[in-house]
Amino acid sequence: MSRGRVGLFATCLVDLWRPSVGFAALELLERAGYVVEVPRAQTCCGQPAYNSGDAADAAELARRTIALFEPFDWVVAPSGSCAGMLRVHYPRLLAADPAWAERARTFAGKVHELVSFLVRVAGVERLEGQLRRRVAYHDSCSGLRELGIREEPRQLLCSLEGLELVELPGRDECCGFGGTFCVKYPEISARMVDDKAAEVEASGAELLLAGDLGCLLNIAGRLRRRGSRVDVRHVAEVLAGRLEAPPIGGEGA
Amino acid sequence: MEVASLAFHQAARRALADAELQRALARLRQNFQSRRAQAVAALPEFEALRRAGEAIRDHVLQHLDHYLERFVERAQAAGAKVHIAATAGEARRLVLELLQAHGVRRVTKSKSMVAEEVALAEALEAAGIRRVETDLGEYIIQLANEPPSHLIGPAVHMTEERIARLFAAAHGEPEEHDPKRLVAQARRVLRQAYLEAEAGITGANFLVAETGSVITVTNEGNAELTQGLPPLHIVVTSIEKLVPTMEHAFTLLRLLARSATGQEFATYTTVLTGPRRADDRDGPEAMHIVLVDNGRSAMLGSRLQPMLRCIRCSACMNHCPVYLAVGGHAYGWTYVGPMGAVLTPALAGIDRTYPLPEASTFCGRCADVCPVRIPLPDLMRVWREEAFRRRLAPLHQRAGLRLWAWLARHPRLYRRLFGLGVRLLAALGGRRRRLRRLPLAGGWTRARDLPAPEGPTFLASLERRR
Repeated sequence: MSRGRVGLFATCLVDLWRPSVGFAALELLERAGYVVEVPRAQTCCGQPAYNSGDAADAAELARRTIALFEPFDWVVAPSGSCAGMLRVHYPRLLAADPAWAERARTFAGKVHELVSFLVRVAGVERLEGQLRRRVAYHDSCSGLRELGIREEPRQLLCSLEGLELVELPGRDECCGFGGTFCVKYPEISARMVDDKAAEVEASGAELLLAGDLGCLLNIAGRLRRRGSRVDVRHVAEVLAGRLEAPPIGGEGA
Repeated sequence: MEVASLAFHQAARRALADAELQRALARLRQNFQSRRAQAVAALPEFEALRRAGEAIRDHVLQHLDHYLERFVERAQAAGAKVHIAATAGEARRLVLELLQAHGVRRVTKSKSMVAEEVALAEALEAAGIRRVETDLGEYIIQLANEPPSHLIGPAVHMTEERIARLFAAAHGEPEEHDPKRLVAQARRVLRQAYLEAEAGITGANFLVAETGSVITVTNEGNAELTQGLPPLHIVVTSIEKLVPTMEHAFTLLRLLARSATGQEFATYTTVLTGPRRADDRDGPEAMHIVLVDNGRSAMLGSRLQPMLRCIRCSACMNHCPVYLAVGGHAYGWTYVGPMGAVLTPALAGIDRTYPLPEASTFCGRCADVCPVRIPLPDLMRVWREEAFRRRLAPLHQRAGLRLWAWLARHPRLYRRLFGLGVRLLAALGGRRRRLRRLPLAGGWTRARDLPAPEGPTFLASLERRR
């Protein structure tokens, strides 16, 4: 029996860079009993424009995304950053637009990041599956601070048989991605991601997971450049048990 | 101080390559973060205290005219004279006139970021007035002829070795590395300066409207000696430091100490109400309070008003990954770190400072630790919007973003174009599944590989499977 219709907002990064995450999300949501649809006209949530001060373009993309996804009972994204944009920032962005302010608020109430949706809304407490690896989880800043996601991914990961979770010492510190920040201030971003990569290596983890592809591309890119052996994947891939695709940036099994 | 914030980029690069600075920053990160964390963990009601602090500051800002009038009235009733300076230039002129009217040639000065903001030190030097900074950190940077790099630790960018060299040169003594002996050297110089000073200049942490009092906090007791010993005391501070009552001030002081240094309370907290009275045993004969506006009243009622809640604790910079990577000098003006990235454009103009609000990943740690809950990333975004309106960012960045946003509104074209692009990148990634170099993406690939896309997009693959 269906528990409702979920619109999957894949996010532009997952759509373009890592379809495996989209399929993993689809599977997790369907297993939890939802009917999942993936609107074909979806593109980008507008966060790059919003964070660069281009509020007009961001508002255009917000209206577009709302119109596309508001028919669903729930809107789920495999990203804390994009879910935060839809849930926290769309209502602010459109607050002064009389035709859209209320719509944006109603819409925002339906939006969730994937893992927190599974735990908080779908009531998933544990998942079947096994992974005999030592795993570190990186909290993305927007997931952690805008959406308050901290325990949910750890809870589900620890329910997998054989998985050993290690904590990074600077677990509430940014990896230095920051969207356009990493190209506007590449040297500072490089320093930040190097600190993060060093912590990941020192943690003894064999696999690094996170819920945001931006952070993952950044950390994986730096780990590979450092010649590290640590594999990097999106948390949804592990939770869904879909490890067919090679890790982000290659290597590993 | 000249505004050098347009050169943030170059200054940041230099800072990253400066080994001594990096050692100093690593120490700062450890000390400040863990001390604050311990203090917060020891106080279960800290969150409630933050909300109370926010409410006090908001209330004052909403009724600033009322509290200003009341403070002026009460402070003058206690015998102090209050002056309002609309601009930095007016503040400098007021202070110089006061000093000249009293025939002052030598002053001691304790920490005042507002004095730094209005470039008082330069004005004193130009007028031939000898100034000795009495805060140890300020004393050190005065010897080095450098601006402060942090709100409460002006010399945190320096290592002990560098300070040892500076002291040896300034004091004419052999190089000394024991911190206690270094402090003793400074103390000797400062004691002499206190006795010789004809005026003392201080800042203020809070101004109490109810009583007309000026509150200063230090850990060295230097503000007390600066304001209490010479015959003339001049307070240089800004209009938004007001609180309604003493009780409000003490709520904020509890927040300030914990957020700044992890102390429950600063070592010295002094409440000064007017100059020496007939039956007082000490204190200055005359007390003047210069309240600087310098752009603050223009922030009232604007989206930036929450920035005026700031109580200058420095928690935001102590927890900012960007500040901790490059230090304070890269910001190019008095106020640094996240609070500087918001306040500096307001006081010095966005045209001269637009790289500062860009210098954040919006990680949000600053807002999380702010004792008065200033939404610093949101306020940086306000400045980014203003910079975008004024077309301050380089053309290629603006054009690139607008093109992306335009394509995102045209899904068919978006799919075709980016579908092709990611396939190309996937092919270039080859079996290693990553790229070491990519034209136009040097910012990314100089420090890290670019993980290659999988190939077909999610939406294209989905269509094929269904």
